[in-house]
Amino acid sequence: MKNFKYIQPKSLSEVKKYFSDNHSVLYAGGTDVLGLVKKEVYNYENMIDLKSVPDLDKVEEVKGKGLKIGALVKISEIAESEIIKNKYTALSDAAQKVASPQIRNMATLGGNICQRPRCWYYRDDYACLRKDGDYCYAEEGENKYHAVIGGSPCFIVHPSDTAVALMALDAVFNIFDGNAEREVPISEFFVQPDEDVYLENILKPYEVLTSVFIPEQKNKVSRFIKFAERDVWDFAMASVAVKVEKNGNKITGGKIILGGVAPIPWYDEKINKGISGLTLDEKSIDEFSKLALQDAEPLSKNGYKITLARNLIKMILSEI
Amino acid sequence: MIQISFILNGKKVKLETDENRRLIDILREDFSLTGTKEGCSIGECGACTIIMNKLAVNSCLVLAGQLIDSEILTIEGVSENGKLNVLQENFLKYGAVQCGYCTPGMIMSIYALLLKNNNPADEEIKEAIAGNLCRCTGYKQIIDAARATADTDMITDLSQ
Repeated sequence: MKNFKYIQPKSLSEVKKYFSDNHSVLYAGGTDVLGLVKKEVYNYENMIDLKSVPDLDKVEEVKGKGLKIGALVKISEIAESEIIKNKYTALSDAAQKVASPQIRNMATLGGNICQRPRCWYYRDDYACLRKDGDYCYAEEGENKYHAVIGGSPCFIVHPSDTAVALMALDAVFNIFDGNAEREVPISEFFVQPDEDVYLENILKPYEVLTSVFIPEQKNKVSRFIKFAERDVWDFAMASVAVKVEKNGNKITGGKIILGGVAPIPWYDEKINKGISGLTLDEKSIDEFSKLALQDAEPLSKNGYKITLARNLIKMILSEI
Repeated sequence: MIQISFILNGKKVKLETDENRRLIDILREDFSLTGTKEGCSIGECGACTIIMNKLAVNSCLVLAGQLIDSEILTIEGVSENGKLNVLQENFLKYGAVQCGYCTPGMIMSIYALLLKNNNPADEEIKEAIAGNLCRCTGYKQIIDAARATADTDMITDLSQ
């Protein structure tokens, strides 16, 4: 790993000045950035550690409005929080499924949302599209873990579990651009490869995701479920987050987000149109699940993800 | 070069080092604390687990700069004056050590669990070592040793 400068700014307004030459990267828990730097996917000259910036590690309940979680709050703290378990269950479920206990103790919410893709061509020594090459090696290569929808021209999947849950919960991100903070709904945060193949989200390199706000989920139930080859450390082959309002056995409104199938946490139009009015019995759930990913275009080795995602939808709705 | 000071096994230490060095390098090369083992180097195997600010973390994923003002406990710091602590004794007693490579990491993960929960259920013990691989697959003995330690009054010794 090449050497770099390690800089600990004391305030948010200091951060931007280290990005004039574009060879800097924000550093929080480091569990993802360190891997990228070690493999020399990127050779940054400056690591900008946000630890000394005050108040980024706070969790704050805003009475009657929702919950504000600082970007530097550790995943383990989210996984263990009783408030999050009771009121924002999908996020609690997702945090508990992130990586391993040791990594959850280092990794932060902001870092989990902004982590880079796990595609092995991207992480390894291939000049792929995302690294300014002119070819996506996954499209015709080893693509078992890649996108089945929204992929072209680069078939990464978004690796974050918490982002999938936060999308179902309609989170709003607070972003500091060097001068001021602005609010961005999560539905406008992630970027698909056909818009920009180098980035996974709208953040400029010097922009800091400072906190995540989740609106209060009154009368709503939420859950997250993930399937991975190993229960620990592994990334999702598919995951589902759901948030619903129910009247008896009937869903009266809600949202379903799919993870592990697309370059961004995936909002499937058909399934989300059909969720309101769904009766929670086996037959209806079975029929409903088939609406998911009808527009998918799987690659040679990842067609299983469509069945897997539909089965996860069935599982999660049977338990809700 | 970066100057860092932190608490290592109860003692304040100072160091000037390259920014790109990891905690595991610093422990093994600068402080000769070779009890902490390097396995996969990517946070997957848990062999390098140490306790940082009372939490189990992978020392292969911590950069020098992240150590500033932290408190680090390694396998060498859990025994005193050459006398094994009760958890280590139980690892021996229950046959929880086979090739031994995962042992320091396993002990640190369980130690971190016992620091915050002195009466864990078996499921909580399994969860605590979920990030530690044992290729000899001696998990049952490891869980037995953890269980036996949690059951003793001597557990209070651990948190002192």
